[in-house]
Amino acid sequence: MTAQVLNCGYVPLVDCAPLVIAKELGFAAEEGLDLNLVRQPSWSALRDMLALGHLDAAQMLSPMPIAMSMGIGGLPAQIDTLMVLSVNGTVFGVSNTLAAAIGDVTFGDAKGLLARIAAHEGRPLRIGVPFHYAMHRLLLSYWTKTAPKLTIEEVTVPPPRMAAAVAEGHVDAFWVGEPWGSVAVQTGDATLMMTGSDVWKFAPEKVLAARRDWSADNSDVGRRLMRAVYRAAQWLDGRQNKPLAIEILGRSEHLNLSSDLIDPAVTGHLTPGLGQPPVAVTRFLQFHKHAANFPWRSQAAWIAQQLGADAEGTARAKQCFRSDLYRQNLNGIGADLPGASEKVEGSLKFETAVASTRGHMILAPDAFFDGRTFDFT
Amino acid sequence: MDLPKIDYDDSSMSENLRILVVEADPSRVRDIVDALNDAGWTDVMALAQISALDRTVKEFAPDIVLIDLANPDRDTLEQITVATETDKRAVALFVDRTDDTLTQAALNAGVSAYVVDGLTMNRIKPVLETAIARFKVIRQMQSELDAAKQALEDRKTIDRAKGFLMRQRGLSEDEAYGLMRKTAMDQGRKVIDVATALVTAADLLS
Repeated sequence: MTAQVLNCGYVPLVDCAPLVIAKELGFAAEEGLDLNLVRQPSWSALRDMLALGHLDAAQMLSPMPIAMSMGIGGLPAQIDTLMVLSVNGTVFGVSNTLAAAIGDVTFGDAKGLLARIAAHEGRPLRIGVPFHYAMHRLLLSYWTKTAPKLTIEEVTVPPPRMAAAVAEGHVDAFWVGEPWGSVAVQTGDATLMMTGSDVWKFAPEKVLAARRDWSADNSDVGRRLMRAVYRAAQWLDGRQNKPLAIEILGRSEHLNLSSDLIDPAVTGHLTPGLGQPPVAVTRFLQFHKHAANFPWRSQAAWIAQQLGADAEGTARAKQCFRSDLYRQNLNGIGADLPGASEKVEGSLKFETAVASTRGHMILAPDAFFDGRTFDFT
Repeated sequence: MDLPKIDYDDSSMSENLRILVVEADPSRVRDIVDALNDAGWTDVMALAQISALDRTVKEFAPDIVLIDLANPDRDTLEQITVATETDKRAVALFVDRTDDTLTQAALNAGVSAYVVDGLTMNRIKPVLETAIARFKVIRQMQSELDAAKQALEDRKTIDRAKGFLMRQRGLSEDEAYGLMRKTAMDQGRKVIDVATALVTAADLLS
């Protein structure tokens, strides 16, 4: 039997790892899939290719399918999130000039940092983000909105150019996915101040997306894809596999990044500034544990609300996060599935055991920096 | 959606369009700018990259942006154009070499124009003109749709204002509308403005 070819789009960032591992370690082949990873130059291009049917599936920023379902994401199309590929994994960094102006702030102190930045006199801060419909941008807006006096200007910068944009003074700060935060530190252009998880402890970052009609017409291929990616994500989160994962990703033609650039994100040991000791960040980039892959409908609702959705839009957004397909397709391979498909986002301050099909699910904290909770039921 | 027949002789096409070329390769930039000039377009700006140059792009206010599909700056461009009013928004032309069905599909989806098969310099004028003409048709339909939606919203507001007057003043529907129309004419305003003011006041008083 020849393997089924499946074209899957991705953007070469460290958190595309589950797709690369699914291919390189043969998880896709085990499912009878010839996973053809198609590198995309920009998120807009990836979105168009998926919507127009040139890609079967793609790695997407978690707000993208939701924005599209609300009709604000550039191209109107019904795109679903089949599963979450990664949780967290982004960093907020500032230029050397801004770092000097705001003085010492403990790494990861979102409240303290915001107070210092808000007190900073001068023109509105220009903050670089990779894409408007990105979790980075939503977290940035959520965080800065709590300081009403602070005005910011959002500037879209492709991640590989973020370090140069800071160096040339085009942006004062940035919110970006790895390795591009660490790159800006290594080139001596920026200091990292906190990670995305300091604003929201458990933020769905990248998702595996497909057109709704494609998953309906290709339910078997979709199931095999989800299983392969699930196993890859599971493998990636094994502590003993991390060194090998870094090695494989570093050699992979799909990423074209050296191992030392992949290491900080995968190990969670970030160096905030040149010459500073690394900081160990808990769950800096979570691929699998704590039901990281589960597409919670409440996560979709939170994203929709941040994008300004009304009740109807929020309801539609929930339907984009296909926890139904996740249950259906991964039940057979021993995945532990949560009893509910929604949770009160922000309510978990500690690791918490919850009801699940196999009875040993522990959810990680999902609190917001300001303590707010979001109940969408 | 079938595209209506396009009149390629549209005289507005020969207007001097402002064209922004985003291309990192200097020799290719030269070729493109030369070809555009030969085609009669002289208001051309070329940038090697536009990330963090959002202000430059906004100030130049291009009618058309020519950018390779493989260029990562496309996300920046999209953010800049989304922040611009619809009727002043630049037409982005994405140069791509994938296949021909893509242009049609993208245009039918109503977002952007893909110029496929690369951009050969001797074909630059017809390729650009075709893409612009198609995009104009799409934009025209979009603004008609927006106008229809607005008319429907206005209708609802006027009906609410009428209802309010009928209840408060004991008027018939025609009398209520007549009163709003007279007030609008006396004050040199539009009926919808009077109705909106009335609805706002009614909301405040209720």
